[in-house]
Amino acid sequence: MIPPELLEVTFWISVFSLTFRSAVPLIFGTIGEAFAERAGVLNLGIEGMMLMGASIAYVVTFNTGNYWLGFIIAGITGLLMGILMAFLTVTLGVQQHVAGLGITILGSGLSFYIYRISVPTPGGIPPHVTSFPPIYIPGLSDDPYIGPIINQPLPAYIALLVVVLAWFVFYKTNLGMMIRAVGENPRAADTAGINVYLIRYIALMIAGFFIAWGGAWLSIAHTSLFLPGMTQGRGWICIALVVFGMWDPLKIFLGALLFGGIDAFQLSIQALGYFNIPYQLFFTLPYIMTIIALIIVSRRVIYPSALLKPYRREEA
Amino acid sequence: MATLISGFIGKYRIVRRVDTLPLHKRVGLMVVAVIGSMLVSSILIIPLGVNPLIAYYELFKGAWGSKLALSETLVRFTPLLFTGVAVALAFLARFWNIGAEGQLYLGAMFATFFGISFYGIPSYVIIPLMLIAGFIGGSAAAFIPALLRCKYGIDEVVTTLLLNWVIYFIMQAIIYGPWRNPVSAWPESPAIAQEAELMRILPGTRLHLGLFIAISIAMLYYIVYSKSYWGFELKLIGLNPKAASVQGIDVVRNMMIAALVSGGIAGLAGAVELMGIHFHLREALSHGYGYTGIVIAMLGLLHPIGVVLASFFMATIETGSQAMHRTTGIPYPLAFVIEGITLIFALIAVFFMEYKVEKVGGAK
Repeated sequence: MIPPELLEVTFWISVFSLTFRSAVPLIFGTIGEAFAERAGVLNLGIEGMMLMGASIAYVVTFNTGNYWLGFIIAGITGLLMGILMAFLTVTLGVQQHVAGLGITILGSGLSFYIYRISVPTPGGIPPHVTSFPPIYIPGLSDDPYIGPIINQPLPAYIALLVVVLAWFVFYKTNLGMMIRAVGENPRAADTAGINVYLIRYIALMIAGFFIAWGGAWLSIAHTSLFLPGMTQGRGWICIALVVFGMWDPLKIFLGALLFGGIDAFQLSIQALGYFNIPYQLFFTLPYIMTIIALIIVSRRVIYPSALLKPYRREEA
Repeated sequence: MATLISGFIGKYRIVRRVDTLPLHKRVGLMVVAVIGSMLVSSILIIPLGVNPLIAYYELFKGAWGSKLALSETLVRFTPLLFTGVAVALAFLARFWNIGAEGQLYLGAMFATFFGISFYGIPSYVIIPLMLIAGFIGGSAAAFIPALLRCKYGIDEVVTTLLLNWVIYFIMQAIIYGPWRNPVSAWPESPAIAQEAELMRILPGTRLHLGLFIAISIAMLYYIVYSKSYWGFELKLIGLNPKAASVQGIDVVRNMMIAALVSGGIAGLAGAVELMGIHFHLREALSHGYGYTGIVIAMLGLLHPIGVVLASFFMATIETGSQAMHRTTGIPYPLAFVIEGITLIFALIAVFFMEYKVEKVGGAK
């Protein structure tokens, strides 16, 4: 039995619209993570960076009324967390898994704390802020088919730009070449005169900046409020998605759309109310799909050779 | 700039230690990590117009200051000791188990099944039954990532993290759906059988038998760690998996077993919280105990005694921050900030155990 709604155009338009929205935080997070991993650092701080981005964006917007300022400062916060991650994993060269988790635990606690000290919550209800409005393109936006899909807050389009930018940086610039070099063979890169430490710092700063935007999207564009732990493990989906997309911005983009699509479809279909099973089971879908995707690609992917390996110039 | 962040920090460079740092120095470094994290966290207290010393005084008073306070700290210590041991054991075998949170919930779900299915069975039967169920539930949650790791080489960090969410949502689906207690205002399972409730061991407090179960598990871990051949093998693997493999130790098999036991211990945490404190399966069963277990394992240097001390410290911070919140108004999530910074500082401390920073060109 096929629910009749599935045969209607309006249903699919709302699925596509939601797909785009669900994909945005995954695009920001995964592209950011690709910068870190291409340079040889697995950044498990991603979830904490996203949460900090969400919290800072919200708090700044709440206090200034300026969502652009919130968005920018969220990015800078992510960048600073990237520096912390780099200090731990590049300068000191400690265990990358645990360093990242430390940043995630710190980020989830700190995002909650900053929110609590900055925003009065009367009766426990979090106040809404003025968030990014949907863009309006005369002509197209009023179209009943295209309009609902393209009328998204501006950061959604920034995410698309970031994909193109990342592709350009990775394959067309010196910086991208150096990032890939230090992630594949740091010693050879060092011999060739590349400052491995500096490049890894830069890569992690870029990573943190974009990742935090993924969180900011959630609090000041997709919604207009902050909830503790609101990223709900999206960071971990990004970690898997970057493997699935083989560290390539365009494949990552397609992967993010696929996962955004799964998310959008499960949300839309359960809203129809045909299925008499608890809706929480639908929530597990993206996570289970991610694990399955990891199993499928695990035999074929080639990780950046120096991933997880700290570089110490003194040690041969 | 370039030299500042390179391996040469100014005129200093990083050199691997040839000698092993004596135990008291390693412990000392961890104490410095803890004190350092509290000092750094003061930066967050000062803007609120509260003297950090007073805030921390209130925190420790709230954790240790009375019989009730101390009992609450021990109540929190119980699940943390389970998850701390669980993570430490897995890390010892180089299985990076970040899934203790999900394993805890699956353990609680397995235990709940028996707790709400059988009423009137004597305690000495139902309690062990539910504990075993909890252990098996936790092991089952660890089994999938362990298998994927050992068979396909898929990073267990990602799979355990993802499974935490899968299990959490399944648990939610169950308590909102089939196991929903019709007489509760909020989603939770019906109450488990009274016979399955763990005995209270101190009148007027919530302190329950689970404390002794947790301590027994920690003692078992001590025996495995320092007295058993298996512990010896695990430590060899921890030092150098390749060398251990060359010496005929089955690294994969050891990792698999350690993962399953680790998951089982985390599952016990869920069962014991259910049977000792909550009596209903509910969302608030764990306050991130699985993640705190990671901080505890690292801070405790994976050593049984270290894990006990670290668990007690984390229980102190988490319990005391609630009291500090009531008396000074500082939000209690400060506890999680302290935990995060402690983990980062513990990592830096481990770095200084393995490396030293010396002057370039200076005397040795």
